[in-house]
Amino acid sequence: MDIARRNNVTVTGNPHGRTVVLAHGFGCDQNMWRSTVPALAPEYRVVLFDYVGSGRSELSAFSPDRYASLQGYAQDVMEVCDALDLRDAVFVGHSVSAMIGVLAADMAPERIGALVMVAPSPRYIDDDGYRGGFSAQDIEELLGSLESNYLGWSAAMAPVIMGNPERPELGAELENSFCATDPDIARVFARTTFLSDSRDDLKTVRVPTLVLESAQDAIAPREVGAFVHAAIPGSTLVTLDAIGHCPHLSAPEATNQALLEFLAALR
Amino acid sequence: MMCRSGQQPDQPDSCDHQHSGGEATATAAFAALLEDSAEELYESAPCGYLSTLMDGTVAKINATLLDWLGLAREAVVGRMRFSDLLTVGGRLYHETHFAPLLQMQGSINGIALDLRHADGDRIPVLASSVVKYGSMGKPLLIRTTLFDARDRRAYEEELLRRRAVAEEARRQAEADRARLQDALAVLQRSLLPDTLPVVPGLDTAAYYHTASPDELGGDFYDIFPVDGKRFAFFLGDVCGKGPQAAALTSLTRYTLRAAALHEPDPRSTLTTLNKVLHERYAAGGDPRYCTAIFGILEIDETTDQVFVQLASGGHPPVLILRADGTAEYLPTPGGLLIGVLPEARFTAATTTLSPGDTLLLYTDGLTEARTGTDRSSLYGEDALLDFGTRHAGAPAHDLVQALTALLDGFGDGLDDDTALLALGVPARPAARPTTRSRP
Repeated sequence: MDIARRNNVTVTGNPHGRTVVLAHGFGCDQNMWRSTVPALAPEYRVVLFDYVGSGRSELSAFSPDRYASLQGYAQDVMEVCDALDLRDAVFVGHSVSAMIGVLAADMAPERIGALVMVAPSPRYIDDDGYRGGFSAQDIEELLGSLESNYLGWSAAMAPVIMGNPERPELGAELENSFCATDPDIARVFARTTFLSDSRDDLKTVRVPTLVLESAQDAIAPREVGAFVHAAIPGSTLVTLDAIGHCPHLSAPEATNQALLEFLAALR
Repeated sequence: MMCRSGQQPDQPDSCDHQHSGGEATATAAFAALLEDSAEELYESAPCGYLSTLMDGTVAKINATLLDWLGLAREAVVGRMRFSDLLTVGGRLYHETHFAPLLQMQGSINGIALDLRHADGDRIPVLASSVVKYGSMGKPLLIRTTLFDARDRRAYEEELLRRRAVAEEARRQAEADRARLQDALAVLQRSLLPDTLPVVPGLDTAAYYHTASPDELGGDFYDIFPVDGKRFAFFLGDVCGKGPQAAALTSLTRYTLRAAALHEPDPRSTLTTLNKVLHERYAAGGDPRYCTAIFGILEIDETTDQVFVQLASGGHPPVLILRADGTAEYLPTPGGLLIGVLPEARFTAATTTLSPGDTLLLYTDGLTEARTGTDRSSLYGEDALLDFGTRHAGAPAHDLVQALTALLDGFGDGLDDDTALLALGVPARPAARPTTRSRP
């Protein structure tokens, strides 16, 4: 199988630098990192990809069973790392990808040498003595929102959105295409993301880890950032002066600075 | 021409002196609309309108939207963010899709969100936002319009519901079809022998091609012992397809077996079948018939030769492949379809198979397969004779295997069920395993 094609892998930046893998979260695709890549490119080799079912990945490779657990997504990460034969790479994961990175680092310690967790949450739903910020009913509401928003996706347009190498200009004309997903696939990813509980997996982390949180994040509140930081011994917590769940988009300078400082300290 | 609102229509020097009183009133009212202030246009617009800072904090909001939300201006401006006005599910969607897209694209259009009214009710809206940039290209604020989408959402939900119903119906239909195909496959198998019996001194091989998994085919064959030294065999084709054809096949098969045990003679066995089918179908006004070849084998253990007597009722002639590399049809012309007339005559023939010879029985699915790029010509008996000549001397199993490959090669040109039965005398007197394959 051609993993590079399946996961729409992009390799850019400095070919001699340490490899930094940027992994998008639930909702959109690798375009989320557009403000991050230029900051990393001079010094680092940057690897971008789309999870199967997102962006311009090969939708035919999607399996509701495999992607019903975060392990299935971690398998995607492993296969991308294997395909590029990465060693000691830094894995930067946004949102649910932060937890996917934790699983992947445990599966192949030789491939992932450090973790950056951007707005992570190991569990979104409140539990005894734990505040994730949401109830199970809230998550059902989100699934309703997915159902009523196709975001430019339709079965007829999917082949265009998902990449047409002969006519690349087609994709660019489509509004909302960065977040366009087959609604059936989006529903699986949403359930896997928001119904997961990865709190115990945080204990497995053995690599240098940076936890990056927004000062105000409706999806991953400050308590959750503190929980992740406390659960990973030796981790660094940086609270960005940023609003929202995507600090790499809403406050790219602050995010890039924190990222570059962490990467520099790894050497 | 300028008309100021408030002018009295009855003033003689007013600009509307050309108009009657009623028209003048309408013109004045229209003019009043034009004087509508921008403030009024904003506040009372038929859509919700708000401006937020880049962090989402509401900086300006119109009266329409405040009314929808049941909130006072002081409670919102500077105190709440756009996402605070949404339901929790809407907020998750806003954070994972809406905000990132707006940041990446600078605008976003027609996204379905739910506002939350102060009393807890949800208000479905369609939201569009644009980012306003400063002269240096720095994003300054976000302008958002919200349209009431209650009716439209209800309509969309109805469409989604119907799609779910249609999807479920399709799944159910597929499951039903799969179940039916399973049942048909079981029934079809019940009309054919599970395994061919071991016939001492003879190799046997058979193949059945099912043209459609949705329809029962009407081809049949069998081979069975009639006494200590003789075996009977038959192969045929009933008219039609489906359950009626299956019932006819079943009757045909068991009648042939019983008749052969009673009197193991090919012509009289077919005559018995003719009587039974005619009585059962044609006499009742529902003429159904079949074509078949029925035969008796007698093996001479001293010479390894097999003496074959057979009779045909309207069926294509058997093909004999000789050990010396030749092939020939054993003609059985003039035999009538079985079951059409109360009295019927059938054509008999005999032959002797020596070591290395093979007798092939087949149904017309093989010879009537459509060939050529446009599928306009039939495979035909001449082509089958050539094929037989090329494979003369081959054991029964190899011959059936080669024919199976030939059938596969016809692709969609093979649109009828096809049965094959090959009876071969081993070239050397060694018992070969009895084989039979099925798709």
